[in-house]
Amino acid sequence: MKCRVCRGPAVIDVRRQNANYCSEHFLRMCRDQVTKTIEEFSMIERGERVLIAVSGGKDSLACWDVLRSLGYDADGFVIGLGIGEYSDESSRYARAYADERGLTLLTCDLREEYGFDVPTAATATRRVPCSACGLSKRHLFDKAARDNGYDVVATGHNLDDEAAVLFGNVLRWQTEYLGRQLPVLPARNGFPRKVKPLVRLSERDMAAYCLLAGIDYIVEECPMAAGNKHLRYKEALNQIEVQSPGSKLDFYIGYLKRASSRFIPDAEAEQGNLAPCERCGAPTTDRLCAFCKLVARASGAEPVRLRTTS
Amino acid sequence: MKVVLRNPRREIDVPAPISVFALLNCLDLNRESVLVIEGDTLVPGDAVLDGEQLVEIRPVISGGFA
Repeated sequence: MKCRVCRGPAVIDVRRQNANYCSEHFLRMCRDQVTKTIEEFSMIERGERVLIAVSGGKDSLACWDVLRSLGYDADGFVIGLGIGEYSDESSRYARAYADERGLTLLTCDLREEYGFDVPTAATATRRVPCSACGLSKRHLFDKAARDNGYDVVATGHNLDDEAAVLFGNVLRWQTEYLGRQLPVLPARNGFPRKVKPLVRLSERDMAAYCLLAGIDYIVEECPMAAGNKHLRYKEALNQIEVQSPGSKLDFYIGYLKRASSRFIPDAEAEQGNLAPCERCGAPTTDRLCAFCKLVARASGAEPVRLRTTS
Repeated sequence: MKVVLRNPRREIDVPAPISVFALLNCLDLNRESVLVIEGDTLVPGDAVLDGEQLVEIRPVISGGFA
């Protein structure tokens, strides 16, 4: 295989582009795709301060690395979720990335600052762990951006993430979720702008980016994500992709261009009138926001010891 | 040839030489879901693995979503 650009030896094939790349030109292709995405969706203006939601995994670290390489003013924020050794190790990768490059990494520990962790919250609320985890992360990323004067929160959601969520939302016609599944959510009512610069790049691209750019990341999967339905959706979509390269990108970008605007009213209707949470001040449609309700239920619960199968 | 698989981490023996495509077919792995790394070098699908170095098949699928 030869690189599409320089005809030197390729290290990776990108079948949806019917192209192969050497290391240098693969990294450039990834940065070009992010530039195209940022410009197409008006994600970030030059001079704005960006907070990257960092986990220690490949996507968030690649997102941080690409934005920095493109000249954006980007800091990181990592949350200690209390998912046993997995969380500790994930945070170590995030810290190592920042320290080796002299970057600013903000931190928050759920157990120390709010008196609970994700396994305990999942048990206390009888919800799947990803629900308590996602709710906590969204709230704390918003809060960190507001408290520290960031203009925009960037996450490492990639093409596979977005295609899988879209697939799930379409399967059950969750129209209010479809109306919010956009690469940019504008700032409104106390929520910072949120952007997903990696949506044109696949999960495989992001792993390769980290490997070729010399970024160490946690390869192990979250022990609490086992059985998650979106992992099954990703497998299903990859079965289609391998037979018909480009299907995931066509599915997702086609949705954005041809259908997403039809569902925005459903999302807006569901949001209702927002007012400050009585406890923390975050925007909410209820007296207390969902995160403060979670804190109230989980912080007094007996800590749950993480059980893993591997 | 030693091949390392992840999640959980384990090692298997596979006869060399073998192409990356053939290795993935042999293990029934979707090429969209993994990277193949020989030593510390990413290798494309048509590369032939000669067994001189450790080969890692690294999964790329991750994530749980609320």
